[in-house]
Amino acid sequence: MFPAMAATPSELQRTPLYGEHLKLRAKLIAFGGWEMPVFYTSILEEHQAVRQQAGIFDISHMGEVEISGPNAPGWLNSMLTNNLARLEIGEGQYTLMLNDQGGVIDDLIVYRRSETGYFLVVNAAKIAEDVSWLQNHQAEGVSVSDQSHLFSAVAVQGPNAAKVFQPIGELPSRNHIAKFALGRVPMLVARTGYTGEDGFEAFFPAETSAEIWSTFLEFGQTEGLKPCGLGARDTLRLEACYPLNGSDLTPETSPLEAGLGFFVDLKKDSFVGQEALLHQADAGLTRRLVAVKLAPKSPPPRPHYPISAESSVIGELTSGTQSPTLGVGIGLGYVKLPFTKPGQPIEIDVRGRKFPATVQKKPLYKRNVSA
Amino acid sequence: MLVPEDLKYAETHEWVRIDKTIGTVGITDHAQAELTDIVYVELPQVGAKVTAKKPAAVVESVKAASDIYSPVSGEVTEINSDLESNPGLVNTGPYTEGWLFKVRLEEGADLSELKDAAAYSAQIGQ
Repeated sequence: MFPAMAATPSELQRTPLYGEHLKLRAKLIAFGGWEMPVFYTSILEEHQAVRQQAGIFDISHMGEVEISGPNAPGWLNSMLTNNLARLEIGEGQYTLMLNDQGGVIDDLIVYRRSETGYFLVVNAAKIAEDVSWLQNHQAEGVSVSDQSHLFSAVAVQGPNAAKVFQPIGELPSRNHIAKFALGRVPMLVARTGYTGEDGFEAFFPAETSAEIWSTFLEFGQTEGLKPCGLGARDTLRLEACYPLNGSDLTPETSPLEAGLGFFVDLKKDSFVGQEALLHQADAGLTRRLVAVKLAPKSPPPRPHYPISAESSVIGELTSGTQSPTLGVGIGLGYVKLPFTKPGQPIEIDVRGRKFPATVQKKPLYKRNVSA
Repeated sequence: MLVPEDLKYAETHEWVRIDKTIGTVGITDHAQAELTDIVYVELPQVGAKVTAKKPAAVVESVKAASDIYSPVSGEVTEINSDLESNPGLVNTGPYTEGWLFKVRLEEGADLSELKDAAAYSAQIGQ
């Protein structure tokens, strides 16, 4: 059993927090070319910590790219789908980098740091590809600088996240980023995340990693803060229906099909992939990324399981897991129209047996917002 | 990790308890600890034939589905139906209430390839 836990190839990269993970006896796996904790104690425990109190994740594997220069605003707006002109200084937005066919190269957060300076946080497995794509399209008066090796980063997520961060000062509001100092260590803190909870992502110099990690764990001691691995990160993001690049988003799928039209401004001046998307919007979509939920006591759904309706295959799952919060199997998958409406009965094929499921409204989990 | 003395072990981390002609099968403490958080168990049907070293059941954690290989050949006589409503029993009692299925051993079954507790302990590095 479990061939998945095979020995780790030596060419995997490690974050500066690798030593801390070993001290905490984390179970490590390969993810996007990196050797990362999948859990420290248990995926379920870590998931619940984030939903009920707070969890801290090492996200140092993610990439940081700085874009600046007098022509940066207009040029970067032509490289990404969302409308960059809407950002005030200190504000961030979710956006996508597309290929010429309108397929997804990467999904990322772009923060406006100054009049003409931007900070991009990109997926670990896509750092090199994103940077070379940007450089290949680079215009005069624009500089593209990959800062990934200089930064470490952690995400602190959960209803108690703001209490954990309180000691650093007045916290940024949702989707905003600000500069802080923790002792003598400078850091950027953004109120963003990938879990469906309130939370923060902090970016700090790589050489201060162990010190900052320990400091946050100390701050969180009275808040139930628990180190969390990629396993819980996946179950949390899937309940919140945040797509995972490489699984739910690929160079062959468009953001319109993925239901991310809100983050695509088709009306702005031209951007890479715009023509293809306009064409697709005009012709009408043939499939959509939907959320699904299985009946109780079904096996957990997994990526690539076929989805059928009315005895024919209508798509396949791109993500799937047992939802710790809902107690049933959930997933995301591309489904042919017209089977994409919430309430649509479908079946998921698990090892040759069909299990009943339904298409659900996204997200599958939404936190209670009291503030 | 617990490795009871009275069981036989497969290299693929299953155990079998032999009682005359019946073998009770489960996964080891080491296996459940590696998998963690077992949320679903798919068992063979009573009456099904299982073959040594061939997949006979599936144990699913939050993260992944893992094939369970039968350590012995024979016919399934009983399955642990408690696992349907409480798959976590495999985590909490891998050698007791978390057993998977029972097999009537094939006549002349060769158990010589299975490991004793000492050899299995050595395999998992303890």
